[in-house]
Amino acid sequence: MPNMSTKKHVMPTQDPEVRACNFLEVATGYTLEDAVSEAERCLHCPTKPCVSGCPVHINIPEFIEHVKKQEFEEAYKVISESSSLPAVCGRVCPQESQCECYCIRGKGSMPKKDANGQIVKDENGKPVMEKSEGVAIGRLERFVADYHNANNKEKPVKPAPNGHKVAIIGSGPSGLTCAGDLAKLGFKVTVFEALHVAGGVLVYGIPEFRLPKAIVQKEVDNLKALDVDIETNVVIGKTLTVDELFEEGYEAVYIGSGAGLPKFMNIPGEGLKGVLSANEFLTRINLMKAYKGDVDTPVNHSKRVAVVGGGNVAMDAARSARRLGGDVTIIYRRTKDELPARAEEVEHAMEEGIKFAFLTNPTQINGDENGNVKSITCIKMELGEPDASGRRRPVEVPNSNFDIEVDEVIMSLGTSPNPLIKSTTAGLDTQKWGGIIADEETGLTSREHVYAGGDAVTGAATVILAMGAGKKAAAAIAKDLLGE
Amino acid sequence: MYKIVTKKFLNPTVVQMEIESPLVAKKAKPGQFIILRVDADGERIPLTVAGTDPERGTTKIIFQVVGTSTEKLKHKEQGEFIADFVGPLGVATHTEGIKRVCIVGGGVGCAIAMPVAQEFHKLGAEVTSIIGFRNKDLLILEDEFKACSDRLEVMTDDGSYGRHGNVTVPLKEMLEEDPNRFDLIITIGPLIMMKFVVLAAKPFGVPVTVSMNPIMIDGTGMCGGCRLSLIQDGKRVMKFACVDGPDFNGYEVDFDEAMSRSRQYFDFERHSHEDTCNLFKKEVA
Repeated sequence: MPNMSTKKHVMPTQDPEVRACNFLEVATGYTLEDAVSEAERCLHCPTKPCVSGCPVHINIPEFIEHVKKQEFEEAYKVISESSSLPAVCGRVCPQESQCECYCIRGKGSMPKKDANGQIVKDENGKPVMEKSEGVAIGRLERFVADYHNANNKEKPVKPAPNGHKVAIIGSGPSGLTCAGDLAKLGFKVTVFEALHVAGGVLVYGIPEFRLPKAIVQKEVDNLKALDVDIETNVVIGKTLTVDELFEEGYEAVYIGSGAGLPKFMNIPGEGLKGVLSANEFLTRINLMKAYKGDVDTPVNHSKRVAVVGGGNVAMDAARSARRLGGDVTIIYRRTKDELPARAEEVEHAMEEGIKFAFLTNPTQINGDENGNVKSITCIKMELGEPDASGRRRPVEVPNSNFDIEVDEVIMSLGTSPNPLIKSTTAGLDTQKWGGIIADEETGLTSREHVYAGGDAVTGAATVILAMGAGKKAAAAIAKDLLGE
Repeated sequence: MYKIVTKKFLNPTVVQMEIESPLVAKKAKPGQFIILRVDADGERIPLTVAGTDPERGTTKIIFQVVGTSTEKLKHKEQGEFIADFVGPLGVATHTEGIKRVCIVGGGVGCAIAMPVAQEFHKLGAEVTSIIGFRNKDLLILEDEFKACSDRLEVMTDDGSYGRHGNVTVPLKEMLEEDPNRFDLIITIGPLIMMKFVVLAAKPFGVPVTVSMNPIMIDGTGMCGGCRLSLIQDGKRVMKFACVDGPDFNGYEVDFDEAMSRSRQYFDFERHSHEDTCNLFKKEVA
């Protein structure tokens, strides 16, 4: 008998007041009982709409069926067939706009029941209806991955080498996925990483409280166990070029170099002390571990912080600034409904006391006599006609300027592609805005045997899309080199 | 891990090291930089390449002890290792078509200016070098500059060695004598010095390249910490020193903003450096 509760099992979390002062993981994860009971909400409908919503097409109903039967290792195997980083995706995927939003359990509404299972009625005696929620697929994925990581003793089996060498540029989600898939097919894979530690955005961008670094390290270790070499401190385009990789005997190259230079607003005052990009702020905190306080890299512990932008990176920056003791306001030019961030992150941010100034846009940043930020001038916005993206374009309300007193401004407006590889690789075609042009199905670029995917191709997007691109490219590279 | 192959004090606070780094040594050109981390919890600090030996696979760095990381690095000995060393980063100094160049270095900036002067000398350009220091004790690399310069002026702020005064004094004299004597002036040193070199050259219309060394983390165009403003045709344009520089047209750089931004973490750095010094003192005691 399926569990007919209209609501997902609530994800246990640290208390908002407690967690706003630490960098430990916010969501503590389902218990075994929570997971099995949530799995029982799946109806195993024949159309499996969830699967088509997943960018890597995980066989969701099958893994959930194993969870129901408490066959967690079996469930892990099902997920692993399609995803290389389940513990990561279970935490950072925007499930509400992918798998879960297609779940038939989330369609329509059901009569609300009280704690005793009795239908709640209104004053006219009619049942009170409440909106149903889809199955918590992401939370179940995370449970399965964490269960596996905690209990699995088996070492990955090294496949027989097939004699072919592939170079992967960048050790973020796209590169790691591509490397893992190729290594499993017997390719000798070397991953080149510009920074001093592998993981890309999973390490420098996403904070510890959302994605513990031990989880990323575990995934990297799994790859090493498959004989993947990870060369840190190598900047492709500088230390070595793509052409030199081919000279060294690599037969194919996958470019997963990620996002690039941070964007600013081009408004007066961005050169003041206390204005920085979310990339810089988060890199100081995450990669350089400045939140710990006993490391050499400094980070500001500002009293009043403005974060400009509405994506996941803006939420991460705001919540990190909060944890460093700041009173934080997110400034976003549209409304709550248009926030591109994951719903759960917005919710968590609000619980942690982060303020939101919606329909607001900065026009200039003001400094004191020492060149430090002292306030940010904003203008009120209203939503006008829909723009090319289909979202209603925010337009300024005349004469609605006002100041917010702040001592730090963090710009989280996305990035423009890194020029290093493009400028040193002849024949590699890019879009006008700088993104590498790659075939959507194979990742093949304008250069023979050179493939690309992830943010380097699409511009800033999600972990799962980058993983999907890495998977497709791995399959295409295998076909290219093995001729199958 | 990257081995310190040689270590030498050039003056009490300026240290020269050669670091085993074959890939960097093979590629690095004058004007480019590297990023290193001394140990596991260390900062990533950018240092300009002071020379390479591709055959031995070593890269030379020269640094002044100014903060925590350089203090820690100073205490590393020959044969020991540092955690990370990556590069070469940034764009190499443009040398094409320059027949007569004036290199103006200040303080430890002379360490960066030296390979640039050597490169121009090697390419057959006429090299005039002006190097300035606070006093005689801080003088470095005089012999090296002598060897690659057609004319060398050594200046000290207090007159304890060479000529008394700052680097702009001989520069102005030379330009007044012959405004067309240089195709290019390249200046490397403290921001305030570079600003005044630009002001000194301006009336004569000689192009000036400045080498910027802002706060940086990744050095590959990701964090944006190294951004600076250029004023081009009256418009403010943002550039990133790590991928667009470190060399820029001196007439375009907003030095006042760069100077302000360079002091962003000043208090933190001073306290952190004091703590580190105390730590080393304890170890010695």
